[in-house]
Amino acid sequence: MKISYYPGCTLKANAKNFEDSALCSLKQLGLEVEELRRWNCCGTVYSLATDDLIHHIAPIRNLIFSKEAKAEALMTLCAMCYNTLKRANERIKKSRDDRDIINRFMDAEGLAYEGDVKVLHLLELLRDEIKFENVAKKVVKPLKNLKVASYYGCLLVRPKEIGLDDVENPQVLENLMTALGADPVDFPYKTECCASYQTVDNPGIVAERTYRILTSAQRAGADVVSVSCPLCAFNLDDRQKETVNLYSDFKKMPILYFTQLLGIALGCPEEALRFDLHGVDPKPALKQKGLL
Amino acid sequence: MRINISQKKVRDQFVAKVEELSGQKILACYQCGKCSAGCPAVSEMDILPNQVIRYIQLGLKDELLKSNSYWVCASCLTCNARCPKGIKIAEVMEGVRQILLRKRKDRIHIPKLTDKQKEEVPQIALISSFRKYTS
Repeated sequence: MKISYYPGCTLKANAKNFEDSALCSLKQLGLEVEELRRWNCCGTVYSLATDDLIHHIAPIRNLIFSKEAKAEALMTLCAMCYNTLKRANERIKKSRDDRDIINRFMDAEGLAYEGDVKVLHLLELLRDEIKFENVAKKVVKPLKNLKVASYYGCLLVRPKEIGLDDVENPQVLENLMTALGADPVDFPYKTECCASYQTVDNPGIVAERTYRILTSAQRAGADVVSVSCPLCAFNLDDRQKETVNLYSDFKKMPILYFTQLLGIALGCPEEALRFDLHGVDPKPALKQKGLL
Repeated sequence: MRINISQKKVRDQFVAKVEELSGQKILACYQCGKCSAGCPAVSEMDILPNQVIRYIQLGLKDELLKSNSYWVCASCLTCNARCPKGIKIAEVMEGVRQILLRKRKDRIHIPKLTDKQKEEVPQIALISSFRKYTS
């Protein structure tokens, strides 16, 4: 299966640690993905208004480019990109009217798009194509004794029609962590919103969410929290500075992309894991477990 | 607080517009409150998500627009996943936001954001904030 890779804006900037660790991990697994040429912004949020077709053009344009590149699937890492691309794709698969309008609008591309490129998250690729048992076979450094709370946030699992796992109790990240030799811990806030884009003009809300989510993970015994969305990562990691100021009992904890944990287990060099890009340094916790 | 309910308000354009933009039937809601029970943002809202729906059912446009709830909602879709009547509450919130945004009543003013605010957050935060809060 030929897979195009869609990085999205943030993976090329703030979340370079997400991209580098994912690409290194895929290399260790013997899988190659080709970055989509001429990709553009996905729009970040799926437009919820019924008549707002113009905002679905950006994600569809990326899928048209994937089809031009003869890719069967477009793989993303960022949860926001995944949600927006997949929902727009499902929408035009279902609605002939929307599909016709968008195709007419995009006629300069000279290619009719029918929703035939599959939108795939890296987690789905690992679970359904490569399979976790094969990932486990390639583990050179098991994440022994590392207690990982997996945080899904909203966009990987909701709405149900496009979610990559159960809407209320997803397990895919926990299963991946088990395959890597870590101890997954369950916690009740794993699919609760981090307050998302409100971090721009109302960081106080985010600090409160961060407090609730992370103290819940700590109570469950987690050493680290793993995430799969660069916005969740920023809110849970960088906003801990604000959280500490608001809640005197709050203890900081490291936030890692699941791909960084995957990268450690698969033997990626530290340069590819980019621990320098974190608000809370994850190295002490990893060193303590003998993983660095 | 005294609230006047009238046929005129219930049949107001506003109610029809929210239904059209959200694609939801507002009267399908029987006020069980499940959306509010699971909403992670209620602590920041001045009226609860089920009250937002109730205000629209009763055509209480002015009272609703005075609240901050539809701006606080970040479309996490937990309510949509749990509504026993299949109402997409997040879409209703979007409908209310869109009515204001389409009259250029933006929630944030980009020139007023400081460089620090713009520089510290990831790109997706800025883009989604502008998509949700500006026209």
